[in-house]
Amino acid sequence: MYELSSNFLFISFICYIVATFFFGGSMKVNDQGPNRWATIGISITILGFLSQITYFITRWIAAGHAPVSNLFEFITFFGMMLILAFILIHFIYRLNIIGLFALPIAIIIIAYATVFPHEIKPLVPSLKSYWLHIHVTTAALGEAILAISFITGLIYLIKNINQSKSTKKTFWLEAVLYFLITVVAFILISTAFNASGYEAKYNWVNKDGVKEEMIYNLPSIVGPHKGELTTEGKFEALAEMPALINAKKLNTVIWSIFAGIALYLVIRLIIRKRIGAFLQPFVQKVDSDLLDEIGYRAVAIGFPVFTLGGLIFAMIWAQIAWTRFWSWDPKEDWALITWLFYAVFLHLRFKRNWQGEKSAWLAVIGFAIIMFNLIAVNLIIAGLHSYA
Amino acid sequence: METFKCECGHLNHVGTVICESCGKPQDETATDLLDMKYEGTARRSIVNNQTFIDKVWMFFSSVKVAVVIIIITLIAAALGTIFPQRDLLPPTADPATYYQDEYGTFGKIYDFIGLDNTFNSWWFMLLVASIGISLVICSLDRIVPLYKALNKQTVTRHPGFLTRQRMFGTTKVENITEEIEKAKKNLIKKRYKIREENGNILAEKGRFSRWGPYVNHIGLIIFLIGVMLRYVPGMYLDKALWVQEGELKPIVGTNQNYYIKLNDFHMETYNKKTEGKVYEEAIERFGNDKIPKNYQADVTLYKRQGNLIPGEEPKLTKVKDYNIRVNEPLKFQHFALYQVDYKIGEFSAFLFTLEDKKTGKKLGPLKVDLQNPKEVYDLKNGYKVELRNYFPDFYFNSDGVPDTKTRKPNNPAFVFKMTTPETPKGEVAFVAIKQNIEPDGVNKYKMTFAGIETKDSTGLTVRKDLTLWLLGIGGTIFMIGVIQGMYWYHRRVWIQNQDGEIWIAAFTNKNYYGLKQELKKVLGDTKIELPIDQQSEKSV
Amino acid sequence: MIFLHMGGTAYMKKNRTLIRTLILLIMVAAIGYTFYINFFKEDEVVSKGSTAPNFALTELNSEDKFTLSEQKGKGVIVNFWGTWCEPCKREMPFMNELYQKYKDQGIELFALNADESEFSVKKFVSDYKLTFPIAIDKDQEILNIYGVNPLPTTFFVSPDGKVKRIVTGQMTSTSFENYIKEILPK
Repeated sequence: MYELSSNFLFISFICYIVATFFFGGSMKVNDQGPNRWATIGISITILGFLSQITYFITRWIAAGHAPVSNLFEFITFFGMMLILAFILIHFIYRLNIIGLFALPIAIIIIAYATVFPHEIKPLVPSLKSYWLHIHVTTAALGEAILAISFITGLIYLIKNINQSKSTKKTFWLEAVLYFLITVVAFILISTAFNASGYEAKYNWVNKDGVKEEMIYNLPSIVGPHKGELTTEGKFEALAEMPALINAKKLNTVIWSIFAGIALYLVIRLIIRKRIGAFLQPFVQKVDSDLLDEIGYRAVAIGFPVFTLGGLIFAMIWAQIAWTRFWSWDPKEDWALITWLFYAVFLHLRFKRNWQGEKSAWLAVIGFAIIMFNLIAVNLIIAGLHSYA
Repeated sequence: METFKCECGHLNHVGTVICESCGKPQDETATDLLDMKYEGTARRSIVNNQTFIDKVWMFFSSVKVAVVIIIITLIAAALGTIFPQRDLLPPTADPATYYQDEYGTFGKIYDFIGLDNTFNSWWFMLLVASIGISLVICSLDRIVPLYKALNKQTVTRHPGFLTRQRMFGTTKVENITEEIEKAKKNLIKKRYKIREENGNILAEKGRFSRWGPYVNHIGLIIFLIGVMLRYVPGMYLDKALWVQEGELKPIVGTNQNYYIKLNDFHMETYNKKTEGKVYEEAIERFGNDKIPKNYQADVTLYKRQGNLIPGEEPKLTKVKDYNIRVNEPLKFQHFALYQVDYKIGEFSAFLFTLEDKKTGKKLGPLKVDLQNPKEVYDLKNGYKVELRNYFPDFYFNSDGVPDTKTRKPNNPAFVFKMTTPETPKGEVAFVAIKQNIEPDGVNKYKMTFAGIETKDSTGLTVRKDLTLWLLGIGGTIFMIGVIQGMYWYHRRVWIQNQDGEIWIAAFTNKNYYGLKQELKKVLGDTKIELPIDQQSEKSV
Repeated sequence: MIFLHMGGTAYMKKNRTLIRTLILLIMVAAIGYTFYINFFKEDEVVSKGSTAPNFALTELNSEDKFTLSEQKGKGVIVNFWGTWCEPCKREMPFMNELYQKYKDQGIELFALNADESEFSVKKFVSDYKLTFPIAIDKDQEILNIYGVNPLPTTFFVSPDGKVKRIVTGQMTSTSFENYIKEILPK
């Protein structure tokens, strides 16, 4: 059953990739309204979505609990919700360009999930509650709908930012695209080294003076405090870190940054201009106003769902499991920050000049906050909440 | 309050952008699209800011100010996550030194600024209080004028109003009345409420969604009131209660009215042998028996009968048995007991045998209860062991004498006097874990360790929270308001007979795309042309 | 509705200011109270001047029963202690002496042990030859009611049942005697 579910996930992954090409093709015909390419594209997307639901159900059966209990499961579910949100938006607005961006981002998200351990783990006592199903799924759905505003915002910026010369705006747009590329690079190197079975063991001394073992899955650029390599023939660290710093995580971050830079430079070399400038002609025909409206609508729809799932259900469950509905732990805190941020977004829309481009930037920042909560808080800032 | 008269005869407050009644834009020279915020009514506070109170009021009624306060709060909350907060530190950590020890200079600065206790600090509470004040004043300041404006609006709008709507268009038709009738029928089919005047139409639906934001603000205000109420004594309780297996203890915070007895505590872990094959890989990765499966405290709840003077034995009646698990607290009255922590294997009794060193003959075993040790242990036939001194948490104090650190049996030590027929005067031995001292020279007998008994303890949290219902109501009202405001739209369509032309304008507070789709359907079978989106044209 | 313009504008303006002042005052008061409770009010269970909560005890050796309320008319010293607590050990000798001196003048002394084993307490009592009533405070019930934190903590209760003085930490013989004098019945 477990293998079966993994196969279905793989099938959906392929479907999304194929659908992306069809949406790309649909841009040649017209940017809005029905056309053959788009119809095939959305059909394959729906197929992929159904396949992913099958993965979800079969994994649920195999595990005995809803598969949203660790980082891998959650991120794949989030990707699935993003696809769902995209499908709904597509049928309402029929703006084909969204598919061209939403699908790759969903693909990146699912691929990112697979870097993490994905064996089925039994539930620890604090997760044994039906609130697991309710809180986590609703929160993921809310975040996915909000993510749509990121996608429309990104397209808006690519279309409207003047690329004729280098400005602060072109820089920051490149930064956003660079970040996406870094994620792709991270996925590529992690998968590559995982597949090769790379493992280097270090004995090191932690800050309490106790000897510990640290296992590296990427060649070490930075090594742990007083680390001794115990695996033969593996790459030696170039620099040693103080005991305060988690060398393995820092190493991963450094690898990602450099791989991202490398990939970025390669792309720049090939296309010979800023990536934002390169993408601009593809999105020229799209109606900016419509993008702005879809972005706003995504937040308008997603905000209540996120409040319900990410805050209210979360608080109810926390009260039952941890005795307090709010403990100011990092993940709760960043959920609140996300909520406050989107509240600011909605209030700023009252001013005419905050609609359009400024709104698009806000949508990008909002997504960055959600991603920070998902990635940095889970992996770097530990707390009651990290199940990674 | 100063007012002025519009050309239609209606009195508007100074500062009104659009006449409340006929919609005439007061700035006749402007040609850009009308800002329809709050129907163009004057915010109460802008009108008159003479007194100090008015100035304070005006400050808090500004949305810009509210946004700034929210952003500051947001940033403060983010800073509070850089390092673990003071009350989330591991129990063994000393807050005074932890930050510097763990995080070096940055940690020291963090502690110094006070960020280690961000969320309980006065300035953070002040920020939240400011958001609350802003919620109240912003809402009060706008809801009344908005209500009046929407109630007072007339059907026939000033031409200036129509031309400056986002959706506007004119069409020359032959049978104006007939076409308007057709449109009217279609609008009714789309559930619009129609008001007519002189052949002109105002079609409106979804006005209730305009109140959404005010409803959700009320929800937030109630929620914040609930939060404030927690500080009132008696409303909120959060205490820890440790109970050992076999112990009967009064439940702290219930005024000795309720008692709890722990019958058994157990915890289970996931073991490869007992779990399904599907979990095998995960269990291997984390370690067999390393992933917790269940923490459970099997308890009995008792209620005290009659009056009680503390120190007396209470008269108790059993209320119920319950197994407290994580996610399954024991609830009674307004209290709830949660399974939070545990200690396994605390020493509860030591067993000893009295051993003849020469022959190896052992007598006993005798059991020394570490909570309440007996003084004399009679092994019959002239063999007797007396407990001379007992140190539950033994150490050598500053005078070099054995002493105890606490009352808990963490490291028990004993002074035994052993009397046997062979040694009728008795021999003294000092016995501790891995230590055996014979102060009178070499003894013939010794006390050998024969085993231990342990007991588990559960760490419960006692919670009483009378504010939860209020917070729940606040949250519910917030959700209603937010759904009311976001998932429905206030739409209006004006169709007017203007000098032989049909003038049509439309407005919605959200989702112009949907409005346009709807207008296509409404006007589809009429000769009236679709109004143009004037904003789209202008923005290109 | 208050904001409807009926009557003169001056009347309305005054009315509006009044309403706003009222609303602001209510909010400030509520927030102020919350701040006060959170930051300034001490979590005191039993404090100076309050009535000492009643309790019952069974004397360790004699098994006599006492209650605090029965002692009305006498000055009562309620001392919380433990055998591991160094300052307690230093206090005990002169507490014993002064008890002997004043017990016939209407003073009672109850020493409540923080729930140690009978063995340890009995040994301590016989080692230090203590003569005043000692009892074991099971589950530290009375200790919790009195809000005691560090040991030793001693409450001096005047004959009318009110707490005259709370002393945390070790006392000197002189100060102890002075405190006794404060609660001597007239």
